[in-house]
Parts: sequence; C-alpha cells; structure tokens
Amino acid sequence: MTRWLGWLAALGLLAGLAMGFGYAPKDAVQGNVQRIMYVHVPSILTAYLAFALVLIASLGYLFTRRTGWDRLAHSAGEIGVVFTGLTLVSGSIWGKPTWGTWWTWDARLTSTAILFLIYVGYLLLRGMVDDQERGARYAAVVGILGAVNIPIVHFSVLWWRTLHQPPTILSPERAPVSASIGLALLVNGVAFALLFLYLLSKRLALRRLEEEIRA
Amino acid sequence: MMFARRAWIVLWKDLLTERRSKESLNALFFFAVLLLFLFEFALGPDRERLTAALPGLLWLGFILAGLLGLGRTFLVERENDCWEGLLLTPGDKGAIYLGKLAVNFLLMAAVAIVLLGLFGIFYNVDLWASLAPLSIVIFLGTVGLASVGTLFGAMTSQVRARELLFPLLLLPVQVPVLLGTVKATEAVLQGLALAEVAHWLKLLAAADLVYLVVGILTFEFVLEA
Repeated sequence: MTRWLGWLAALGLLAGLAMGFGYAPKDAVQGNVQRIMYVHVPSILTAYLAFALVLIASLGYLFTRRTGWDRLAHSAGEIGVVFTGLTLVSGSIWGKPTWGTWWTWDARLTSTAILFLIYVGYLLLRGMVDDQERGARYAAVVGILGAVNIPIVHFSVLWWRTLHQPPTILSPERAPVSASIGLALLVNGVAFALLFLYLLSKRLALRRLEEEIRA
Repeated sequence: MMFARRAWIVLWKDLLTERRSKESLNALFFFAVLLLFLFEFALGPDRERLTAALPGLLWLGFILAGLLGLGRTFLVERENDCWEGLLLTPGDKGAIYLGKLAVNFLLMAAVAIVLLGLFGIFYNVDLWASLAPLSIVIFLGTVGLASVGTLFGAMTSQVRARELLFPLLLLPVQVPVLLGTVKATEAVLQGLALAEVAHWLKLLAAADLVYLVVGILTFEFVLEA
C-alpha cells in the first residue's frame, strides 16, 4: 500500500514537473522564475492540510486517548513543518529575482513564518517530554491552541502590513489564472497530496517502530 | 459557585505566599529596571529614537518579564511538592487554571504598571494624558499574555529544559498580542483616540477570549498525573 502510494507520488511529481516546465506557458513578465509557483503553492496547501490533521488528531487524542491519534498528530506535524519550510524557501528563491529581496516583512510571509515557528515549538515539546503519554497530552493541547491561533495571527499580521499578491487558489472569486496554468497547478497539487500521503504512511510506520523499541 | 470559590482559594493561597516571600515581585521589579537600562544602552541617549521605539520596548520588556515570571507559579508547586495536592483537588480543573491565571494577571499587571512608570520617569514621557486608554490596552495585553503563559507554564514545569521550551512555545503564539498592544500603545501615546485603534482592541479581545476558552477547556489534560 505504502509502496504503491510512493510510486504514484513519484509519477505524479514527474507529471507535475512536465506540466510545470513543458505544458504551462512562460510568464510574460516574470519569465521562467514564475514556474516555482508549481512547487510553492502546492507546498503551502499541503502544509495547511497537515496542520488541519494535527488539529483533528489532537482533538481525537484528548477525547479517546488512543495512541493512534497521537501518532497521526505527530507525523502530520512533522510533515507540515517540512512543507512550510519548503514554502518559505521556495518563496524566497522566487522573491529574490522578482521582488529584489529574499525576505520582506509582508503579511503573508510573516504569518507563514510564525506558523512555521509555532509548529517547530510543537515538535520541540514532543522531543523534550520523557513520558510518552504526558508528551502526547501536552502536544495535543499545543496542537489545538496553535491551530485556533492561526486566524488571529493571520489578521494581526495582515493589519500590520501587506505586499503579497492576494491568494489565487483559496479566494472566493474565480481564480485569475489561465486554464493551462490552472491545470499544471492542479496536477502538481494532486502530486503533492499523494506525496503527503506517502510520507505520512511512512512516518506512521516509523513511529510504530519507535514505540516498539521504547516498549 | 463552587467553581468561582475554588479559583478564589487558589488565588488567595498564591497571593499570601507572594506577600510573605515577595519572591517574584521583587525580582521582576529589578528585572524591569535592568531592562530599562539595557534598552537605553542599546539605543543610545537620543530622545527621539527612544520615543519612537517606546511602545515596542515597553511590550518587549513586558513579555520578557513574563517569560521569567509566568513559568514560576507552577514551578513553585512542584518545588514545594504541592503538585499532587493540586491534582487531588476535586471538581473541574478549569477553576485551578482561572485561579492561577488571576495570580499571573495581577503579577504581570503590577510589572506593566511599574515598567510604564519607569519609562515615564526615565524617558520623560507624559503618561497622565493617556492613562485611561493605556490601562485598557494593558488590561487586554496582560490577559492575553497571562492566559497562554499560565497554560504553557503548567506544561513546561513538568518538562526537562523548561526555561528553553517555555519561550519557544509562548513567543510565537503571543505574536498577535504583541502586535496589537504595540500598535494600540503607539496610537495612544500619539494622542489618538481609542476609536482609531478599535480594530486592534477587538483583535486583542478576541485573542484573549480564544486563549481563555482553550485554556479552561484543555487545562484538565495538562494537570493530570
């Protein structure tokens, strides 16, 4: 099952690369740099998916006390941090030639960085509690508070300042992108979702082995 | 009724301990003085620069003091072997959270007032004119810091390397509170009406409410075994 997911994800990523570089047109203004969007946007969507899973799994753990929920929260949290990091890095690489700077204190950059820091803290907490069951409880509480804090962080930073273009995918109006770009994004999005599922099942299996060793 | 009474008992017990030992307040007071000097050394004596940075420095100092002060309320319970006593308290653990939160609120409010007074004196800022709006901002900011700080403080008091982990957990979550209080303080010190920063006050109030609800609901999971 995991192996099949892996192959599917690999195929999807290859197709995504082909779509991003071959099928999608070159951006008239930004040139080839714009193609980094096909990594950037799927990364952050995957990270959001992962953190939503952390919230659900944290609630699930506190209500049922089943280790399975804790495993899920832990694994999703780790993968979410990786993809948030990927978003920040790919955004920086895009920002240097486009905006002329690696980093600006723009609202969406800042809130994504804070998201990253909140969940890095979440992972650090897991590493620092010796007792397995207590660590799971504490992490669940932090996972819930971190998630409900996201909208508050979002608005506070938005009012603080903004420069990033409005979101193209998750916006109420129809996306202002051409059909071919949209299709290339979709393929990459599906590929990243497959990759996420593959990494998640790998990480879950690893967590199970870790628990066996500890027991 | 019992809920409020239990919270009150926790508050009263901690206030009594603090009144007799004066451990936290004294230390935090001198920490605030030290911070003031450090800021002055870091920025130089240029008055305009200091005035421009004042709201940020004020809340930065406040949060730094919180990092030292907030974790202590539960650490004291552990050091004095009272943790089991708290665990064995019957009824809703949310009451213990509220009691500890009230202690932390009073402690941090005292720190905020002291810091503000020191800033007024040392940096020659006229605070009397904006005292009423400032106290609203301080109230909202203190609730925001103390609510999360109490929850995380209870958690990290049971963890190795707590003095490392506590700031790492608390600071990113506190970003909205820091932004809101700094922006509101900036406006107030410039003599603007509170209505000008109503959106920040609403954001602070919303954050406080969310933190409080999450704190009350999840505290029983923190205060277990």
